[in-house]
Amino acid sequence: MADSSPDRTGTPLLEMRGISKRFAGVQALQGVSLSVWPGEVVALIGENGAGKSTLMKILGGVHAPDEGEIKVNGSPVVIQSVNDSTRAGVSFIHQELNVLDNIDVAGNVFLGREPTIGGPLRLLNRAKMLVETQPYLDRLGLNVSGRTPLNQLSLAHQQMVEIAKSLSLQSRLIIMDEPTSSLTLTETERLIQVVKELREQGVSVIYISHRLGEVREMSDRVVGLRDGRNAGGLAKEEITHDRMVSLMVGRDLEKFQAPLSTAPKPMRFQVTGLRTRRYPDREVSFEIGAGEILGMAGLVGAGRSEAAQAIFGVDPSLGGTVTLDGKTITVRSPRDAIQQGIYLAPEDRRRSGLIVDMTIRDNITMPVLNRYAPGGLISRSRETAAAQAASKSLRVKTPTVDFLARNLSGGNQQKVVLAKWLSLEPKLMIFDEPTRGIDVGAKAEIYELMRGLAQQGVAVLMISSDMEEVLGQSDRVAVMHEGRISGFLPRSEATEEKVMQLAVGHVAENINNEKKQ
Amino acid sequence: MIKQETSQNGGKETSPLSTRPEGPRLPVFGAGKELGIFILLVVLCIFVSVMSDGSFLRASNLQNTSRVIGIYGIFSIGLGIVIITGGIDLSVGSLFALLGVLLSLMLTVWHLPWPVAILATLGCGGLIGLFHGFLITRVNLQPFIVTLCGLLAYRGLARTITNDNTVGFGTAGGFEQLQVLATGSVLGIPTPFVLMVVVAVIMGIVLHKSVYGRYLYAVGRNEEAARYSGVNTKRVIAGAYVISAVLAAVSAILLGFYTNSISPSSQGQSYELYGIAAAVLGGCSLRGGEGSIAGILIGTVLIQVLHNMVNLVRINGNNIPTSSEAIVVGAVILAGVGIDELLRRRKTSRVK
Repeated sequence: MADSSPDRTGTPLLEMRGISKRFAGVQALQGVSLSVWPGEVVALIGENGAGKSTLMKILGGVHAPDEGEIKVNGSPVVIQSVNDSTRAGVSFIHQELNVLDNIDVAGNVFLGREPTIGGPLRLLNRAKMLVETQPYLDRLGLNVSGRTPLNQLSLAHQQMVEIAKSLSLQSRLIIMDEPTSSLTLTETERLIQVVKELREQGVSVIYISHRLGEVREMSDRVVGLRDGRNAGGLAKEEITHDRMVSLMVGRDLEKFQAPLSTAPKPMRFQVTGLRTRRYPDREVSFEIGAGEILGMAGLVGAGRSEAAQAIFGVDPSLGGTVTLDGKTITVRSPRDAIQQGIYLAPEDRRRSGLIVDMTIRDNITMPVLNRYAPGGLISRSRETAAAQAASKSLRVKTPTVDFLARNLSGGNQQKVVLAKWLSLEPKLMIFDEPTRGIDVGAKAEIYELMRGLAQQGVAVLMISSDMEEVLGQSDRVAVMHEGRISGFLPRSEATEEKVMQLAVGHVAENINNEKKQ
Repeated sequence: MIKQETSQNGGKETSPLSTRPEGPRLPVFGAGKELGIFILLVVLCIFVSVMSDGSFLRASNLQNTSRVIGIYGIFSIGLGIVIITGGIDLSVGSLFALLGVLLSLMLTVWHLPWPVAILATLGCGGLIGLFHGFLITRVNLQPFIVTLCGLLAYRGLARTITNDNTVGFGTAGGFEQLQVLATGSVLGIPTPFVLMVVVAVIMGIVLHKSVYGRYLYAVGRNEEAARYSGVNTKRVIAGAYVISAVLAAVSAILLGFYTNSISPSSQGQSYELYGIAAAVLGGCSLRGGEGSIAGILIGTVLIQVLHNMVNLVRINGNNIPTSSEAIVVGAVILAGVGIDELLRRRKTSRVK
């Protein structure tokens, strides 16, 4: 479509220059710049962890930048809070909507700045709220009354209410973070239409999305981020699927390359037609050989952790068959899974992997405490000996197993999680983001352990959002996209581009032929 | 101070172990955390004995106080176990009314043999606890709500059964042995106190030495991680409510014979609050995962000695008005918990 492209000769509406931000030793952003002109739709793309969210949170006043400057209409602004950001004309539509579903549409639009009829009781001026809400609803083509309670609206309509609120705040720039991730196809098309209309009205939009089809359809310009830096941009006529993918990926992948094992692998674990609560009408099927590491890649929200949790029984599956060593098994709780020799090192170690306020010993012996408790009473000495042995073999850095797990570094905490399982002869070991937040040295040790398990014939499932890890450690890569596996790649064929293509739903699959919903 | 991750050196295994932070340890059978409150108890006892001109230490006073301590201690242990899982049991006081009334019915109206009546009372307690556990772990209702409804309903039930009349054990025969047992003494020590010691030893072993006890702390600290480790968290939590209700039933029997008449509208009223107070004073955290049997007992004794103090201590020849007892108890609990929190904050800030 040959829309009139926005005028980029004048002063940009927004200019972010040299923005840097560090979090606890991690450089999230390094000298990032971004400009947006009035009436322009800019798509911000990048892999998980590329820094998109951090950059937008700085603009939205959630984080303060360590370095860099922000100009609005050519004059420098300091944004230290959400209010500063609102005052600068920026509003933020988060992926998880920020609406109160127990009050009505008008109440949400005016939340925090309700008009009153005066007097000491500051009674709400409902009439004024309703009258003033209406034009914004009309402008968005939202056919609901200001009196409708939010919980009677669909997610898409709630999102429109948030946009109406932005408009009522006289926002000139609206940031949308993955706005279509929970919308149906029709709702997505309606949103794209609204974004185009907003642009006609001179409102600028920064659009974050992993769905490259919609990005191509509505963006005037694409800005890529990679590893916290600017990775380049694409003008409207340059926006193609392949160019966006290569903008997002492409970096040194030589580190942490595990040797490719070529020995034949008898099937050990198989799952067919697994359905999870997150994607109840999509099915996941895959198998893992004895001694094989199956890497599972995909974007955040693709349903990988949900699949792992269904296999481990945390959130029992809605359907599907799980076969281990040729035997069909039923898993309804982690307890069932553990009895079968299926173990999970979860994504959030501090919340699900460990009881951080208990000792290393208590954590390690938790699943099989009965072994150290003849007659029901725990033998402290046997328990300690077992925990010490496990802790030592995994090289957990601690003088004694009496220390609280809380005091360990991320890498050592992960080793404690593994110490809990590895002495129990796993058949299937699932790692969910095994090295997230772990420093380089400990990372290598975790990889070594993982490889060691595989060499003992364990089937290993490694879910990871770290491309380097997926390509370097897996014997085979499975890629998930919106609740189903979009493809398998043997290690020898897996490249970052190919994985990314599958992760965003394949070249051929853009919004127009995604007819499922 | 000492601190910081060894990860700075790239995770090399050669890093000296001495760089690990000095971490606090989990309390073992009442070491550490209970010491402060124990000292407070000793000081209070000395104060009361001096200020009461020796009437505190008189045998009759000690006997009566320890009888009451026994009754309170038994159900407080159960409540403490529920609190360790991160829950609460508000229904205890009302159970005293309901189970007391049932016991009286069974003995004086239905003339059941007393061992049967006792077992039935304990069984009723167990079933009620199981019901609480079911609602909390399977229906996912909040412990506060479930047991609050219990607090209202069980007393209401007791009043309905009796038409709001006071019931008792009267002079009807057949259970004299039980009466003697419940109100009597063993080697000069009142039976409730002896029973409390027995319960404390058993529950101490369960809580501090058994697999189940470890799991109680684990679900209280982090239910999700416990579940990920294969702990049957629902069963562990439901078990705590059964223990609480059964121990409440034991106390209900003892209290019934102690008061000898049961007024359904007031029997055991707000006892659960004293139990919660004892557990919290003794080091249990309402957030769960903390506490010990020793602490709960010390907390119970402290509250009863305070109660005793109000009755016995004379200041300038004047009695402390009995009506002010609640002020004293409330203030001491607040002070105890507040000081504990301050000490802990100082300790953690020193570690950092």
